[in-house]
Formats: sequence, structure tokens, C-alpha cells
Amino acid sequence: MVLGKVVGTVWATRKDDDLVGMKFQIVKHIGLDYKLKETFVIAVDTVQAGVGDVVLVTSGSSARQTAVTKNKPVDAVIVAVVDKLDVVD
Amino acid sequence: MFLGKVIGTVWATRKDENLRRFKLQFVQPLTAARQEAGSPIVAVDMAGAGPGETIIYITAREAVIPLPVDMAPVDATIVGIVDRIDLAEK
Repeated sequence: MVLGKVVGTVWATRKDDDLVGMKFQIVKHIGLDYKLKETFVIAVDTVQAGVGDVVLVTSGSSARQTAVTKNKPVDAVIVAVVDKLDVVD
Repeated sequence: MFLGKVIGTVWATRKDENLRRFKLQFVQPLTAARQEAGSPIVAVDMAGAGPGETIIYITAREAVIPLPVDMAPVDATIVGIVDRIDLAEK
């Protein structure tokens, strides 16, 4: 999984039927210092994250391992809203 | 499979219900010569690794196999703690 911050939402009416009812959030990757990186993903939100939340994103076919995205054309899903980060070094 | 070092822990209460019982660790990917290789990722810890320990982790869909649940949105899992690395210098 990778760390990211929700920076926006994507709305699309004309789309694959399997994607109906899903919420698409724009998640920018962040470093351990919370600084925004350039790269981002569009991830299906299954945990009701809000804009500004620090989240974990799972990618690849593992992203289809949730009730909402099972057998759906989805390769990135928000799986957690982060409360706290403990970084050692 | 990849080498990495545990550099921290992630705490998250609101998450996919299949992630409930798992510990989420920060892992800094390493080369075989223990140099940093790429940006840190978050992995489910099935080996009970502590901060600073060198570990082995697997990625992609196979990362779900060691977990005691049928389905979980996980793409990285720590599966071993490294004791020693013998590297034949090229």
C-alpha cells in the first residue's frame, strides 16, 4: 500500500457499467513528511475518506479484494484513513 | 519478493473491515547491499517485525495469501525477518 492525501473527487456519468455507484477520489502520493508528491492516482473510495484525509491506497489486482470492487475494473482503492504515523528514523 | 527495513508503523481505525486485525508497518525497500531503493511503502506485518529490522516482503495479489482472511485489499505483506545476507560481490 502507499500513503496519499485525498485532494479531490472525479465525477463521471458516462462510464463502464461496473463502475456505477463508486466514488472516485483523486489521491496525491505523499512522503513520510506529509509533503505532496507530483504523482497521483484515481482510487475508488470504500471507506468514506474526505478531501484532506491522509489515506492508504492499494493498487493492482489486490484492489479488487473488497466487497465494492470485487470483479470490477478497478486497480486502485482507498483502504484506510490514517490516524497516526510512527516513523523511527 | 523484496528486501526492506521496517521504519515505522501506521495506525488507522477507519479501514476496510478485512484489515481489522493486521499490523501495518512502514517499509523502506532495500537493495541486497542494504541501500535505500525507492520510496517507503506500507505492508501488513505477518512476521512480527520490529522497527529497524530487515525483512522480506511480497507484493501484488500474492500478498493476500499469507493473511488469515479470504479477501483483503492488501498489495504488500511482510513474510520474513532476515538474519543474514550473503552477497557475492560482482
